[in-house]
Amino acid sequence: MYDLVKGLKELPTEEPLSPGHRLCPGCGASIVVRQVLLAAPKDTVIVNATGCLEVSTALYGFSAWNRPWIHSAFENAAAVASGIEAGFKALGRRGEAEEHPIVVFGGDGGTYDIGFQALSGAIERGHKFLYVCYDNEAYMNTGIQRSGGTPRGAWTTTTQVGSAQSGKPEARKDLVSIVVAHRVPYAATASVSHWRDLMNKVRKALSMDGPTFLHVMAPCTRGWRFDPSKTIRMSRLAVETRFFPLYEVEGGVYRITVPVLSPKPVEEYLKLQGRYSHLFLPQHAPQLMALRRDVEDDYRRLEKLAKLTGQLYASTREVASPQA
Amino acid sequence: MTQLEMARVVALQGDEAVAEAVRQCDVDVVAAYPITPQTIIVEKLAEFVAAGRFGGEFIPVESEHSALSACLGASATGARVFTATSSQGLAYMHEMLYNASGMRMPVVMAVANRALSAPLVLNADHGDMMGSRDSGWIQVYAENVEEIYDRTIQLFRLSEDPRVMLPSAINFEGFILSHDKERVRLINDETVRRFVGRPAPKHRLDPKEPLTFGAIANPDNYYEFRMQQAEAMRHALTVFDETESEFEALSGRRYGAVDAYNTDDADKVAVVNGCAAGTMRAAARGMNSGGERVGVLAIKLYRPFPTGEVASHLRRAKSVVTMDRSMSLGAPSGPIAEDVKSTLRGAGMNQPVTSLVYGIGGRDLSVEDGRKILSLNGKEASPDDTSVMYGVKE
Repeated sequence: MYDLVKGLKELPTEEPLSPGHRLCPGCGASIVVRQVLLAAPKDTVIVNATGCLEVSTALYGFSAWNRPWIHSAFENAAAVASGIEAGFKALGRRGEAEEHPIVVFGGDGGTYDIGFQALSGAIERGHKFLYVCYDNEAYMNTGIQRSGGTPRGAWTTTTQVGSAQSGKPEARKDLVSIVVAHRVPYAATASVSHWRDLMNKVRKALSMDGPTFLHVMAPCTRGWRFDPSKTIRMSRLAVETRFFPLYEVEGGVYRITVPVLSPKPVEEYLKLQGRYSHLFLPQHAPQLMALRRDVEDDYRRLEKLAKLTGQLYASTREVASPQA
Repeated sequence: MTQLEMARVVALQGDEAVAEAVRQCDVDVVAAYPITPQTIIVEKLAEFVAAGRFGGEFIPVESEHSALSACLGASATGARVFTATSSQGLAYMHEMLYNASGMRMPVVMAVANRALSAPLVLNADHGDMMGSRDSGWIQVYAENVEEIYDRTIQLFRLSEDPRVMLPSAINFEGFILSHDKERVRLINDETVRRFVGRPAPKHRLDPKEPLTFGAIANPDNYYEFRMQQAEAMRHALTVFDETESEFEALSGRRYGAVDAYNTDDADKVAVVNGCAAGTMRAAARGMNSGGERVGVLAIKLYRPFPTGEVASHLRRAKSVVTMDRSMSLGAPSGPIAEDVKSTLRGAGMNQPVTSLVYGIGGRDLSVEDGRKILSLNGKEASPDDTSVMYGVKE
């Protein structure tokens, strides 16, 4: 059971991530962290994979974190979290420590790619933590290189645009499906433009007994090439164009939490970003078509999954509900 | 030792002895991955878990990298942690070795030493740990099963000491020691528990006092972090000695940072680590009875290197032969040879040192080999190959 977030007024005024950190103006990651942690209990322990968020918030001598926080490497955040969970459990039995909620923050590189094995192992073993992938869709910390989360057609410094290539040739991985295949009790997507949806998903995830996963879009003003004042607008458009649908998977049941009945054309979202500007040139039109197809196919699949799993499990599963 | 403290005498394999020590030491979290010839440790611990004889958490991780990462996370909560590995697994952990020591996490690890691939081989040499020589871990080498058991217990005390707070590795050769069954005089659970006490780290992940672990450093700070580790290594020499004294008081057993056999009365001394030390002592003993003035210096504590003790035990030797069970390809000589030479020169001693490599990839070393090595005249190394490659096929 958990309490729903209904309005801004009930949020704590204490900031889990202090201002003054070194993340860029308009950085999506810092907004993700703020929203996640404002919804999480105050005694939450944070694990961070190497990345923008880590290097910009914990330069020795300064720390923006008003929570216990640990970082050690790029690919091991989920493994570190499993050790922390085990440590609290073992010490808890001795009365030498209490158990605390654990939230992991990893970027798309640290989650889709280099940290994937550790994540897979940890969620298969069933350690209780919430893993939040803040997805800015490329290796932004090292200077915009493609990751398994970079969408098709996007320009990055390792998927360039030229006569022989139209940005990234491949589609992004369907990360949530892969996580769901581990039979986790709860996985969801979220966007900072829909903060109440995001926060309630955090509350719900932390109420579960086991590993949970939140995939949050984190627009990157530098890597996506857009004006820093447009981060929330970018997040909202991604949802409204069905580019980044908001849904949750609870005990195998898919539910679209923010249904997009009449989507805006995906071009509205793409056009605001320099990384897609080439897609609007005639020679790269096939790539734009392919990307549009990715978006349409993914949403259609999602709708079918919601319908199918809803029917399949509706009678057999009891879905945890919030305290109204 | 009193009747109470001496629990029982049993026959144990090296790996089993580690597992027994870990069980007795009240370890909170074990995270480990199977790899030959270390696997028995993991299996044995899993047996203890199933039988309700292990009170901690056992994390059967999906890789060695995650094994050490999980240990690091658990250690940050203030828990006592342990892992075990070998060869490729240690190589796979490499990145995290530096993180564990740099973040001052007192992880204890057993390493059943095995040569590195390629070609893949299952048998012993020290190439795995020597490849991690500079990672900031305390490194101890054992030469028999009881010593493995004793050292595992001691290392928790040493690593977790507030003056030290460094991770440590108990090394023993794969198969030769990991699978060898020997007589072990176990100490009873209660005595071991009293000896190791409970970890009491100054800093831990605790919401009451939210701290930042693993910050990024700039060039204006990084060097000082490393210096603090170097200082902790120096303290480890003293604490190692204290720990041994306390352990000796309850068990009657002491090994020392080095073990010197007949070094005061020898013209030639072989410096060696690991299980070959016993072989060399047997060879030397035989030669001594024939009137030959030879001795053996076994390095037990390899990091921090007991420079003072090594220098004092080699002071009377007219010549020294160093024995490396690993190859430092392209280097003037093996790691032990380098350490011994720099120790001697630093102490103003100039006797000739023959650098010898042996036992690579599990090649056996007999007492007869030991005799041959102690009979080298120092001129065997060819000018273009400064180490004697003992036992290699022509």
